[in-house]
Amino acid sequence: MKVALFVPCYIDQFYPQVGVATLQLLEKLGVTAHFPAQQTCCGQPLANSGCEHDALPIYKHFVETFRDYDYVVAPSGSCVYHVRKHFDKLDQTADVQHVRGSAYDLIDFISTVLKVEALPGAFPHKVGLHLSCHGQRGLHQANESEMTPVRDGQLRRLLASLDGIELTNLNRNDECCGFGGTFCVSEAAISARMGQDRVADHVLNGTQVLTGSDMSCLMHLEGIVRRARLPIKVMHAAEILNGLTA
Amino acid sequence: MNHATRADKFLLDADRTTWHDETLWFVREKRDRAVYAVPEFQELRELASGIKDHTLSRLDLYLREFEAAAQANGVHVHWAADAAEHNAIILDIIRQQGATRIVKSKSMLTEECHLNPYLIKHGIEVVDTDLGERIIQFREEAPSHIVLPAIHLKKEDVGETFHIHLGTEKGESDPQRLTEAARQHLRAKFLAGQVAISGVNFAVAETGGVVVCTNEGNADLGVNLAAVHIACMGIEKIIPRLTDLGVFTRLLARSATGQPVTTYTSHFTKPLPGREMHIVIVDNGRTQQLGRPDFRASLKCIRCGACMNTCPVYRRSGGHSYDFTVPGPIGAILSPNIDMKKHSSLPFASTLCGSCTDVCPVKIDIHTQLYKWRQVLGEANEIPASKKWSMKFMGRVLASTRVYGLGGQFARRALRLLPHSLTHAKSMNAWAVARELPEAPRQSFREWYAKQPQPVSSPPQPKVPA
Repeated sequence: MKVALFVPCYIDQFYPQVGVATLQLLEKLGVTAHFPAQQTCCGQPLANSGCEHDALPIYKHFVETFRDYDYVVAPSGSCVYHVRKHFDKLDQTADVQHVRGSAYDLIDFISTVLKVEALPGAFPHKVGLHLSCHGQRGLHQANESEMTPVRDGQLRRLLASLDGIELTNLNRNDECCGFGGTFCVSEAAISARMGQDRVADHVLNGTQVLTGSDMSCLMHLEGIVRRARLPIKVMHAAEILNGLTA
Repeated sequence: MNHATRADKFLLDADRTTWHDETLWFVREKRDRAVYAVPEFQELRELASGIKDHTLSRLDLYLREFEAAAQANGVHVHWAADAAEHNAIILDIIRQQGATRIVKSKSMLTEECHLNPYLIKHGIEVVDTDLGERIIQFREEAPSHIVLPAIHLKKEDVGETFHIHLGTEKGESDPQRLTEAARQHLRAKFLAGQVAISGVNFAVAETGGVVVCTNEGNADLGVNLAAVHIACMGIEKIIPRLTDLGVFTRLLARSATGQPVTTYTSHFTKPLPGREMHIVIVDNGRTQQLGRPDFRASLKCIRCGACMNTCPVYRRSGGHSYDFTVPGPIGAILSPNIDMKKHSSLPFASTLCGSCTDVCPVKIDIHTQLYKWRQVLGEANEIPASKKWSMKFMGRVLASTRVYGLGGQFARRALRLLPHSLTHAKSMNAWAVARELPEAPRQSFREWYAKQPQPVSSPPQPKVPA
């Protein structure tokens, strides 16, 4: 199984430790992922801004970078969702179809491809799980409150398998955090307010460590937590599952 | 003024924003409970979506079937290409009656056509009889929600309005007393009404009848007291058969307010002897939308408002921030069809979280259409120039490994070296108004990776191009 690691641009630049944790976690699960150095970005920031046309060279670069792998794994459901859903703008060559089909969010890859449902280790903290919309509603990695009252999902199960962990019961289990890519600056006031409301739900219900599988939402929420100097630590799920202590 | 600017104003009152958000979230939760209680709800959505797709695919045939059936029932059928024709037809009917007093029940179409100001300009008194509509009519405001038109107002606001217009005691905010005052006021209007105008929720092609769903019974009272009933409908309100109706009535109220069914589901098929019934069928841009393959499905909308109640942006920016008759996510995909320039910011007033799509009872792919409108607007140069050029620049950077790597190094170094007051200057950095920037690490992941011993399994060899 040839697995490539895709480290989205903002993780590469600002959260290298998340890339490292992803690589190491995969290694522990018996998968040696390779990081093709020519990779850059999936092009989503441009496309979500209405500039899909300008993103096409990025899409092509992405396909060329990853076409020779069986799987492309990224610690960010949003980027994966973009590749799967919106690379339909490219001519659907065999390479394009292959890359779209082989792109996986890390947690999805662990659950669906590796079929791992539990991990060893302990994390004795109260953990608030932030469900990212693109992973949840886009890639169907978790149940949606629009459909069912049952709170279940891939990451929830993996986290719950750790010893000593307690998951926060949020008032609103899956409301959007308000990051939204360029939305976070073009509609900055609403974006911030949405993030503040999400964080307040975690504070109210006792979250000590806020986690999720999409670093973009977490970057936004971390920015709010740090501005308000709240006693909440923000960690990507890969770091927790890789055995990092809080 | 764009959506963000109007939203900023709404958000200035933080407590009121909290109240607005929580009020609509309460409705969303009520909807959830109603949905969970129906095991076949997702199948109903699928069915409703299929019926609407089918109907839109042969809309011309069903509209003519509907017209013929309605005429056979003794109903006058009128066709209006746009809002101006719609308004002129209605004024004409009113004048033929020599009427001056109109009672109107809820109709988003007449809002869309700006019928009220048109009739008032021509000396006609028009009274909205839905309580929420009457409140905003007094205040000369537009509805902020399609099902809950006065949801932006608190009971104290209503008390103030009724004090001015209905003479209730100053400071009165008891909902029961305020509603009673409105009831007494409206009763006189109902009794004096000469022509009743209503909207249409569903028009059944096979029977030629129209169905109106209300909770207050005001449509029934108005129509049954007045000599003439005018029902106004967009061309997309058609469903093929009466047996299809149950699918939609089961979905509509559950999605809208979490009720199993609206209090009144009224069928209007033919006029009583000596009375008149008119149906005005309006296009007003719908045919154009039908001709846009990516956006056609927006015409499946049954106006339940669920996408507004669930939308985290709508709940925190209010309906007026959209400045369009239909606000919220569905309004953001309908409005650019009407005026792309004026409404160019609306498809961007979303995080594309997709909750709207998941609550939509007729499965409109709302968030996908928002994304697609963004592309249409980008191509049409209807996005801010600063955004367009920064995206073009970003496109160049991200298509090249080398430029991207250097750019990243430069940005991180700048973030580390420049003072916090500069990197977080609110005037230059919208992110920093309420958020800290991530701490810039000394090395990127790729820099770290390059220093590691090569992985045990060697990377795959590139394919030889054919």
